[in-house]
Amino acid sequence: MADKPIQGEKRMFMTGNEVCAYAALAANVDVMYGYPITPQNEIMHYWTRLAPKHNRTFLQTEDEISAGFTTCGGVMSGKRCFTATAGPGNTLMQEAMSMAEMMRIPAVFIIQQRGGPSTATVIYSQQEVTMTCFGANGEGLRVVYSTSSHQELFDYTIKSFNVAWKYRFPTFVLGDGYQAKMRESVTIYDPEVRGIKMVDTYPLVGLPGMPGVDRDPAHLRNTYNTEEELYEVVKDLVDAYEKMAPEIVEHSTMECDDADVVILCHGIVSRAAIEAVRNLRAAGVKAGFFRPITLRPFAKDALRPIAEKAKKLLIVESSQGQFAKIVTDALYGLTTPMETIFKPGLGITSDEIVNKVKAMI
Amino acid sequence: MSKLVKIALAGEGGQGVQSVAEIITEAANEEGKEALYIPNFGVEQRGGVSIAFVQISEKEKVGSPKFEKADIVIALSDRAVRRCAQYVDGNTVFVYDTAIEGVEDDLPKGAKKVIGIPAIETAKNELHPRVFNIIIMGAVIRSTHVVSEDQAKKALEDRLGYKFEQDPKLRELNYRALERGMQLVESQL
Amino acid sequence: MTVATVLEPKMPKCWRQETKPHKFCPGCGHGDILKALGTAIDELGIQDRVVFGCDIGCSLLSWDLFNCDSIQTHHGRTTPVMTGVKRARPDRICIAYMGDGGGYAIGSQHLVNAASRNEKILVIVANNVQYGMTGGQMAPTTLPGMKTETSPYGRDPESTGNPTLGPEMVAAITPASAYVARGTMANLRQLTQMFKKALQNQIDGNGFSFVEALSACPTNWRTNAAKTWEFVEKEMTKYFKVGELKAPAKKEGQ
Repeated sequence: MADKPIQGEKRMFMTGNEVCAYAALAANVDVMYGYPITPQNEIMHYWTRLAPKHNRTFLQTEDEISAGFTTCGGVMSGKRCFTATAGPGNTLMQEAMSMAEMMRIPAVFIIQQRGGPSTATVIYSQQEVTMTCFGANGEGLRVVYSTSSHQELFDYTIKSFNVAWKYRFPTFVLGDGYQAKMRESVTIYDPEVRGIKMVDTYPLVGLPGMPGVDRDPAHLRNTYNTEEELYEVVKDLVDAYEKMAPEIVEHSTMECDDADVVILCHGIVSRAAIEAVRNLRAAGVKAGFFRPITLRPFAKDALRPIAEKAKKLLIVESSQGQFAKIVTDALYGLTTPMETIFKPGLGITSDEIVNKVKAMI
Repeated sequence: MSKLVKIALAGEGGQGVQSVAEIITEAANEEGKEALYIPNFGVEQRGGVSIAFVQISEKEKVGSPKFEKADIVIALSDRAVRRCAQYVDGNTVFVYDTAIEGVEDDLPKGAKKVIGIPAIETAKNELHPRVFNIIIMGAVIRSTHVVSEDQAKKALEDRLGYKFEQDPKLRELNYRALERGMQLVESQL
Repeated sequence: MTVATVLEPKMPKCWRQETKPHKFCPGCGHGDILKALGTAIDELGIQDRVVFGCDIGCSLLSWDLFNCDSIQTHHGRTTPVMTGVKRARPDRICIAYMGDGGGYAIGSQHLVNAASRNEKILVIVANNVQYGMTGGQMAPTTLPGMKTETSPYGRDPESTGNPTLGPEMVAAITPASAYVARGTMANLRQLTQMFKKALQNQIDGNGFSFVEALSACPTNWRTNAAKTWEFVEKEMTKYFKVGELKAPAKKEGQ
């Protein structure tokens, strides 16, 4: 057994892609499968440098379709496996992700969002929210963590493997090009020193014993013959998902109790929002902030009383309302006035939010 | 330094602005400050102006990675001067190299201060062209105080120590470049 | 255990009795090809190590055919799923089973790249010159002049090209350690031997193994038994030559 890749904990200064590779190592990942696409490439670059020293492997596939499906194959073999992609690669990978949804394959996908539609920019956006949460021909039975800092990239990448293997739903770390490419401080650690135990993995195929003699063979499928048969299967999937949801749903808030305006955002935009709330409070404006950390499942029960109490809501996102759709769905029936800052594919600064909030009151 | 300093460093590919940003932010991190650095990247990067967005904060985590206006802009080519006008407002110190030709009319009007420094010339005539970016680094740390001179030297040692071991003169050259950079802005601040 | 009667057909030991009779149409080639595969698995004694993957199309009906761990995947994606399994568990013997649409059309990039990388898996393509499950459309393998639902006036090579020659292509892009052959449901003894050699090649850790098996679809061909056999044996072999294209030399001591 090779030495633990990360001993104890240490403060580092690195890019988000590097953070993801270290987190996967710390989480004891066995195999990464991947196909080059900006801005996630350096996850592969760091993984291929670090992994062989710890007896972990990598396969560069022919495209993202293959990266998604090889990951599913690796996971079904009982190994902790992941892949990473972005933009058009995320589009191609939806096919494998829907198979993971249907067959309860605990695969982990890291998405570093870039601008869209189409090839667009390789830089930044929050335009892969709908696709990552609800993509492909499925019901969105996925766990999606939207991170906002390198520390969260590290923490939630590790957590993703545990949530995936405990509940057996495909799990996503939704980052973006900024998080991928920027450098900032992060404390990386061996999960064990933080009391985090990695959830055991187990094979779904390639089980011990003679099939048909010692045990039944594992016959795994995603095709069904009748409407009724499928309905029962999907109902069970939905039930399992809904049972899990309250155990894993996460959000964070800031100064919401007496807020006249509550800012709603997710991922890296929260950094601008937190700065904006600080500045607004310093200027005597009662602003608050609500941020879902899991976009799927969504913290509806936590959000509704806050939204009901606020005088106004402001939704801020680097896409044209993809996040707002999730929010308004959760707030159906409430009448709190709502305004928006939609900047598809463009970064958002605290100044813009401050000015908007001041104009709203 | 003030609580949060925002720096935009811009130049042509090969001028080393990205490595300056890396070294400064690493040094700040070593000092226990919160630093954030993001390059402009993407298709535009190839053959375009290379910009490093740097933010250094005393204590609080830095907010959004890019910003609208910088406290200090350093522009090292004609294209960089024009491209960076957008990051300048009344609180910005704008530093450019005096060897850049034909930008007299493009220098920002509303800046707090516009400073021309002969960094390219100093590198060429006094030191060595390859330490041009270290002169710039000196100018940045003296204008912003985001890291101490000692920490900056330590960061250079961390990064280039293996080269310094082989050729101790290199160490001296880099340190001199750093000091010269600091001097170039000193008198004008 | 059921009592064997004279009416009960002999089936490979690794077939799962509980799911028989199998789900293929009468006269379909899949049953025969999978019987040859089952025999090869039995003779090599590897039933407990096999992970069997099947595609979409009629091949998916084999998802519960074997007493082997099996994964039914998506159309064209069986090759990458089995690649993923093999990479994570090199001690498993991975078989990707698909039709000519899955192998040569929607999954062709996976076949080409798995072959180029010399993945240590076995890919089997059952070639019945059209899409069976979706109702008889033209496939990459459809013969010139052949009428299908999407080439109702006959396949015109001028506008739709010539039949894809899978094993020839795979042989061209694989190293000498690969095994490549084309067999036929019309010669199951030979096909079984091909499967055995292909599996042995994987067991030995040599490289990629690929077997195309000429197959029949009397349902979509709308042929009777005699015409079906004539088509498989005479028409198809005009384009698709049966035989081994690449067989690694035996290692010393074997």
